[in-house]
Amino acid sequence: MAKRKTVVPFHGTAEQEKALRELIAAHKQQQGALMPVLQGAQELYGYLPIEVQTIIAEELNLPLAEVYGVVTFYAQFTLNPRGRYNIGVCMGTACYVKGAGEVLERIQKRLGIEPGGTTPDGRFSLEATRCIGACGLAPVMTINEEVYGRLTPDEVDKILDKYL
Amino acid sequence: MDGYEALGRVLTRMTPDEVIQVVKDSGLRGRGGGGFPTGQKWLFARQSPGDVKYVCCNADEGDPGAFMDRSVLEGDPHVVLEAMTIAGYAIGAHQGYIYVRAEYPIAIHRLQVAIKQAREYGFLGEDIFGTGFAFDIELRLGSGAFVCGEETALMTSIEGHRGEPRPRPPFPAVKGLFGVPTILNNVETWANIPRIILNGADWFAGMGTERSKGTKVFCLVGKINNTGLVEIPMGTTLREIVEDIGGGIPNGKKFKAAQTGGPSGGCIPASLIDTPIDYDNLIAIGSMMGSGGLIVMDEDTCMVDIAKFFLEFTVDESCGKCTPCREELCYYIKANSLCALGQSAPNPVLSTLHYFRDEYEAHCIEKRCPAGVCKRLVHYVIEEDKCKGCTACARACPVNAISGEVRKPHQIDTRKCIKCGACMETCRFNAIVKR
Repeated sequence: MAKRKTVVPFHGTAEQEKALRELIAAHKQQQGALMPVLQGAQELYGYLPIEVQTIIAEELNLPLAEVYGVVTFYAQFTLNPRGRYNIGVCMGTACYVKGAGEVLERIQKRLGIEPGGTTPDGRFSLEATRCIGACGLAPVMTINEEVYGRLTPDEVDKILDKYL
Repeated sequence: MDGYEALGRVLTRMTPDEVIQVVKDSGLRGRGGGGFPTGQKWLFARQSPGDVKYVCCNADEGDPGAFMDRSVLEGDPHVVLEAMTIAGYAIGAHQGYIYVRAEYPIAIHRLQVAIKQAREYGFLGEDIFGTGFAFDIELRLGSGAFVCGEETALMTSIEGHRGEPRPRPPFPAVKGLFGVPTILNNVETWANIPRIILNGADWFAGMGTERSKGTKVFCLVGKINNTGLVEIPMGTTLREIVEDIGGGIPNGKKFKAAQTGGPSGGCIPASLIDTPIDYDNLIAIGSMMGSGGLIVMDEDTCMVDIAKFFLEFTVDESCGKCTPCREELCYYIKANSLCALGQSAPNPVLSTLHYFRDEYEAHCIEKRCPAGVCKRLVHYVIEEDKCKGCTACARACPVNAISGEVRKPHQIDTRKCIKCGACMETCRFNAIVKR
């Protein structure tokens, strides 16, 4: 998936950096440490800005290009901060044949953002996700950890109202 | 049920060769897609020289429309740990890795809990069952890359790299994870192992068809009344699954096709609904077993749109490592790609083109989508015999594309129409249809 570089200035705190260095130290001896370190770092910062990738590259003694290459390969690593509410519309086959496209379209229209985008106030971000394995409830969307199933475009409106 | 009893039996009463023989005799084939004989795979890894070997579990269930493995991981994670430990004993490995996709947070949590419990009870760790055999398992998470469900890409990902496939040979049984002999099976395959050990190879081989033994779990979803997981003996027909178990299609619609095998599979048309489902039959009709997703489609599903949907999926998920994937040539890709994702990427197009050629022709030649899905090709039409000439639609139309005299059938000017659907919503006589 194509990834756009962030334009948001980096606001990492000293505590976050301390936690990051501890995380790296804990995994350093492990074979194939880069993936678990990146996953932990994304949990710490919410995304993986180049500043964080640089620290990881230095500490794991890897070229920054390799770290960046891995980050941009996997869809769940993000170079941009996500919104306070991250909406994921499942685009698995079962959801798709049951109208996930219309659900996504309604959210796009309502929030004025495309998949991969964040609203200017930072409240919502939107993603078209891979199958989340809730096919029995198709079509499905998630807002942070919450899962909503058997959706219609009209219901989507009502659900979004709760988060406004 | 019978937790770790099979492991106990294996460690105390069976030799590694006996374990492999039982798995071979059972006829179990990989449940993740490829259908490679599991016992054979284990034997290769056992025969490969090396002090360090690994056992991997593929829990990167990426096929859209499939959640069999998620349900096993969430419902009985211990069965996977037990089976991997059995395999470790059989091939001479002391370390296992489970690669689970990040999209399954509950499964990840329950695996973490299960691994901790197993270590506490001494089912993992040093000296298991007091036999001196040591085995431990580490959990590794994916980060959203479909290609990592392919065995060599999965191993590359565990090693901490971009999840790109590697050429085979050397096969993983010879040179796999971190360059040592490795076996990799998927969750559902692992879940069969303890049962086979406890009930015997004959019990398992007594179910299914000649070349596909045992049962298979399918994820029955889409346009079907009863959605969910079904476990059926191999050889059950698609009709039995859709009509008897699935309870048919909702709203009295007609069955059009069933999609199996995820983005690597194909669409099975209504004319082949009596095909007994097993590995070889599915391949013969241009689809594949895959991990067991079975998405039912009715007359409202546009097959050209579905093919496009899967192509967009594979284009998006292709890692771009080898040339054939970058050059969009169906048959060339099938013949020359390094991994199964590339080789099978054209299947959705080839199978829908084969069975639903008329729909492609309607799109290309008549510029019309018979299912009314493809927006750019949809036309709104007023059916003359139903139209009362009430003028409601003409008043609702935002671009004045509808004309006609009062109490006489109206017409839509398709050149002006913006396909907003307002007329269809307004009409009280169902006289306006999408074509």
